[in-house]
Amino acid sequence: MTVTIERDATRTLTVPPEARRTPRPRNGGRRPLISYGHWWWALPAIVLVIGVHYAATLTGGFFAFTNWTGLGDWQFIGLDNFVRIFKDPTLLGSVWNTLFLAFGTVIITNIIGLGFALAINRTLKSRYVLRTLLFLPVVLSPLAVAYIWKFIFQFNGPLNGFLVLIGLPDLQKVWLADPTWSIWAILVTVVWQQTGFVMVIYLAGLASVPVEIEEAAALDGANIWQRFQHVTVPAIRPSIAIATTLGIIQGLRIFDQIFALTGGGPAGATETLATQVYKQAFSLGQFGFGSALALVLTLIILVFAIIQQYATRDRDAVGRA
Amino acid sequence: MFRYTKLTAVREAFIWLVTLIWLLPFYFLIATAFKGDQEALTTSAVTPPKSLDFNAFIQVLTATGRNNIPLSILNSIIITAGAILGLVLFGSLAAYVITRRTRTWTNLTFYLVLIAIILPAQLGTVPLYIGARSVGLTGNAVGMILLWIGILLPLSVFLYASFFRGLTTEYEEAAVIDGASPTQAFFRVVLPLMAPATGTVAILAGLIVWNDFFNSLIFLGGSTTQTLPVAMYTYVGGLVSAWNKIFAVVIISMVPILLFYMFAQKKFIQGFAGGLKG
Repeated sequence: MTVTIERDATRTLTVPPEARRTPRPRNGGRRPLISYGHWWWALPAIVLVIGVHYAATLTGGFFAFTNWTGLGDWQFIGLDNFVRIFKDPTLLGSVWNTLFLAFGTVIITNIIGLGFALAINRTLKSRYVLRTLLFLPVVLSPLAVAYIWKFIFQFNGPLNGFLVLIGLPDLQKVWLADPTWSIWAILVTVVWQQTGFVMVIYLAGLASVPVEIEEAAALDGANIWQRFQHVTVPAIRPSIAIATTLGIIQGLRIFDQIFALTGGGPAGATETLATQVYKQAFSLGQFGFGSALALVLTLIILVFAIIQQYATRDRDAVGRA
Repeated sequence: MFRYTKLTAVREAFIWLVTLIWLLPFYFLIATAFKGDQEALTTSAVTPPKSLDFNAFIQVLTATGRNNIPLSILNSIIITAGAILGLVLFGSLAAYVITRRTRTWTNLTFYLVLIAIILPAQLGTVPLYIGARSVGLTGNAVGMILLWIGILLPLSVFLYASFFRGLTTEYEEAAVIDGASPTQAFFRVVLPLMAPATGTVAILAGLIVWNDFFNSLIFLGGSTTQTLPVAMYTYVGGLVSAWNKIFAVVIISMVPILLFYMFAQKKFIQGFAGGLKG
């Protein structure tokens, strides 16, 4: 009906402008022309997500309050598992190691990763080659990377060789068997593997900084540091948020590298919650106790993820204002 | 303003130097793997091999029993391919329905998926293992594939959903007007248009599944179906300071993923940056 009105030149004049702008009534009042897929297409995904994520997590949360060993009977024992965790110095130490590795990795990878990103961001002719090379460790399996570093840290390895070369032979040690240094060795391994990942996040962020603004700031007499502080950092805030959030979540779960480098030793000096969950639940068959450790790890991850979300949301708003 | 000057050239040379030092571990890896047994023990890591000795590689590739590396590569390929196939199929179907149909339940499903991405997986591992064990899904590829599809589906649905939101409905409408059923419209028209999303899902999921050690160790532990990282762990555990052999295993384990990386490195890096931004 409206179509005829629009085409009738004499009648169009009488139609007020706002009425003329109404969309053509293609689907108006009728059944939708197209049905987009069938509802049951989503069913396998819904079942798997509920089963693997929700049901499993809830069951695990319940196990945490039992003394189940995986076979036979079990009892509900309340908070006993948690009391045991916080009374055992090795387990408490593993909580500290988990936090140390997570925060250590995040801080160091972000500093070096941002440094690399800034260094190869613009003007360099070989920046794509450099980006490809520096990202390389990210795609390798953490286990394989750990074996390379195990070689570097052994007593006859390149690290001790380097110390002799620069005239510091007294600093030589068996790095992975030294209770103070073994956790630093793991930190170095993890940092080496993950820095490229952080760098790529920052490169994506830096690509969104308009050259004109930086040039304008430079013309106004801002030096490199001032430009970085007032132009670059505000622009890459979302990247900082992503890099640190993912880094903390990943860092709290570090498992492969520890298993390959030290197996948790020497004398539990490099145990983390992740390695303890594996040992208690799957090596010792203490499913209830292992679940309690997993619950502690989960709560730590959730707490930091939430803090991180709030912190970055605030800064985002400030950045936009 | 920011032109390529002499200073930039100096800077470029310096950054190359830093990069080469950063990548030094790869040199140790390659140099040692090509040394003979005696040479690997006696020479320093910095010395290049006198001549290329392939014995370490031959020994690693012909080891039998639980150290069968070629078999573990095959297992890894089967599990990774199966998981990617399932993630692409189920993830795209679910995301399509969720984004294209606007009902209450589709919104709820989207939040269900979104929360599952944030939900840490550790706590579910023990119950999943017990559940899988009781129905015979531990120690075989089928169980592992199902487990991975379940674990990574939220990521897949989320990535597909953000791509579908950006895709106009005109193509499907045209297909349906031309007489295609919803199924035909999806598989013949929509899914081919989704190649970039499928690439991102395949790269992210493929990398996670291929490199995983923790889940394979638990769900395949003690069985003859081993993935590459678990086989490498078992094999290396049996060698003492035979670094040429250890590094031969490490290099063999890296070759497939490195080939893939070199072939698709641009997509790889974009997939990472794009997938994260969602």
